[in-house]
Amino acid sequence: MVLRNTLKAMRFTMVKQVFSRRLCMAVLALFFLLPPGLGQVQADDITYLDIGNPFIRKIPLAAPKFKLFTGSDAEKRDAETARRILKEALDFTGYIKIINERSFMANPAEEGITGKDLHFPDWTGIGAELLVTGGVKLEKDRVRLYLRLFDTIEEKLLAGKVYTGHREDLRVMVHRFCSEISYALTGKWGIFRSKIAFVSKSKGNKEIYMCDFDGHNPVKITDHKSITLSPAFSSDSEWIAYTSYDQGKPDLYIRNIREKRGSIVNKEGMNISPDWRPGRFELAAAMSFSGDQEIYLLTGKGKIIKKVTDSWGIDVSPAFSPDGKKIAFVSKRAGSPQIYIKSLETGELRRLTFKGNYNTSPAWSPSGERIAYVGVENGSINIFTIRVDGGYPVQLTKDAGDNEDPAWSPDGSMIVFTSSREQGILRLYVMTAGGGEQRRLLKLKGSQMDPDWSMVSK
Amino acid sequence: MGKRIGVNLLTALLVAGLFFTVSCAKKTVVSEPEGTQVEKEEATSGETGTKMTEDEMTAAEKAKQRELEEQRLKEQREQEAKKAAKARFVNKKIHFEFDSSVLTAQAREILKEKAGWLENNQGEDVLIEGHCDERGTTEYNLALGERRAKAARDFLINMGIAPDRLSYVSFGEEKPLDPGHNPQAWSKNRRAQFVIK
Repeated sequence: MVLRNTLKAMRFTMVKQVFSRRLCMAVLALFFLLPPGLGQVQADDITYLDIGNPFIRKIPLAAPKFKLFTGSDAEKRDAETARRILKEALDFTGYIKIINERSFMANPAEEGITGKDLHFPDWTGIGAELLVTGGVKLEKDRVRLYLRLFDTIEEKLLAGKVYTGHREDLRVMVHRFCSEISYALTGKWGIFRSKIAFVSKSKGNKEIYMCDFDGHNPVKITDHKSITLSPAFSSDSEWIAYTSYDQGKPDLYIRNIREKRGSIVNKEGMNISPDWRPGRFELAAAMSFSGDQEIYLLTGKGKIIKKVTDSWGIDVSPAFSPDGKKIAFVSKRAGSPQIYIKSLETGELRRLTFKGNYNTSPAWSPSGERIAYVGVENGSINIFTIRVDGGYPVQLTKDAGDNEDPAWSPDGSMIVFTSSREQGILRLYVMTAGGGEQRRLLKLKGSQMDPDWSMVSK
Repeated sequence: MGKRIGVNLLTALLVAGLFFTVSCAKKTVVSEPEGTQVEKEEATSGETGTKMTEDEMTAAEKAKQRELEEQRLKEQREQEAKKAAKARFVNKKIHFEFDSSVLTAQAREILKEKAGWLENNQGEDVLIEGHCDERGTTEYNLALGERRAKAARDFLINMGIAPDRLSYVSFGEEKPLDPGHNPQAWSKNRRAQFVIK
């Protein structure tokens, strides 16, 4: 994370008169590091976009050409690259529609990019409800980016930032501003700094890979040359846990992502399906050393804290609630695999799914309200979500191959999953939380599966 | 890597087995006259110390020869039967219903035969692998595969086989026998199989 040091982001031009007072208060509440719950209450006063809503109307946004400060060819190239990255990232969210620039009636690159330079009816006139203006100043190999987000209807600045960094960090700088846009619109920092870990068979063996939120920059991070499965990020994204057959059987590997350190849990039988406890250096996993498969709570170093389940037969795939107090998991105790929820504090157990005779792969949404899972009906395998109280199950995928392994984005707006919809080959796809905008995440050789989305958003 | 070695080992075993069978068969044909000659020489060298007639000698010699030959053939048959039993032990898999680790009647019959073989081959230790078809969740299938391997192991232990001779591992849906995406492939892939360690 050298980028963090080289990047100097500072707030500028916060036009008090046009800045929503309530939004301002919400931002301040977060700045003063109030407990997240309290900040959330403040933020909820604002009518934010409900990105969990499946019937969401996309907000039309215009991103006209950026202003050049020196006008050099290199600066022009950087400006176009930055604008392309911005448009791609915002388009990826599934709740923003980028307006075709052929309809533009104004050109801020010439006329000016600040609030006072803009004539907002030029933008509302073409249906734009949001406008992003940008300026690029290239000084040797360092680039300075001026980015602003305007509400064209209210004619006010929603976010304004200046970023300075090396030219090769353009992508990171633009994504930082996308986080600002996300925060202004949704009250959440969004997905732009998150990573996706997954399993890929690109080089023959199943190994763990990691890529950016939008599928860019895939990198292989394990080299077991064996079968390696089930990556799981810790909530601070410092650690990754996974299963590997490196020693001939399925064992649990816990690894620091940046440094080469970690632990192996290789008790007798299998040690599989890890999930990290949010906010703690603890994880849950299914282990069978007792002769029966049960879920255990472990320290980040792999020491058993306690046994979570206690029933004969299959217990597997733990998934923590965002507050870390409950675990959803798969059990065959009633004869078919179903999802159950167990409280770590009270030990209370509740069955969540009742429809169908095969429901697996629970993933708890970051808001805590819903659980995504895999259900099999009439031989087809699809992704569903269900409210934590068992209400309102919704089918998100249909008639498009087998669909498995759902994982939520950190803001809960999207789900990444595995599908065999194209030529029967397993690959990664994303969709909105309501099942909309289903599309391929990345193009990589071989098959990909089993994604996990890191929870880091800012 | 495990998968590679497994496949290579299996191939090597099969090829070696094939080669052995072929070379044995050849030997049978070639060694017959040789053996006869050796026996004749031995009989001739013992001529001075006996009072047998030529005819008697030839008859005794022939009987002995026949006996030896029968003995040799018997041993050879036994060897081949042993080899076949071993091959059958390794190659014969037990199969399961979808999402089930319950041993079918057929699986129990096969396991009884396997218990017999293990009884007769006390020196051999076995790894029982549990496998699943591609449908369903990877993690759940890992758990299910382990239950399949364990079901087979528990049955063998109940048949009197020492637990420490029987290790087990689940490969879930990671090592399909048949890469197809159809019911025939799936039923082939839902299995427990036996590897001699």
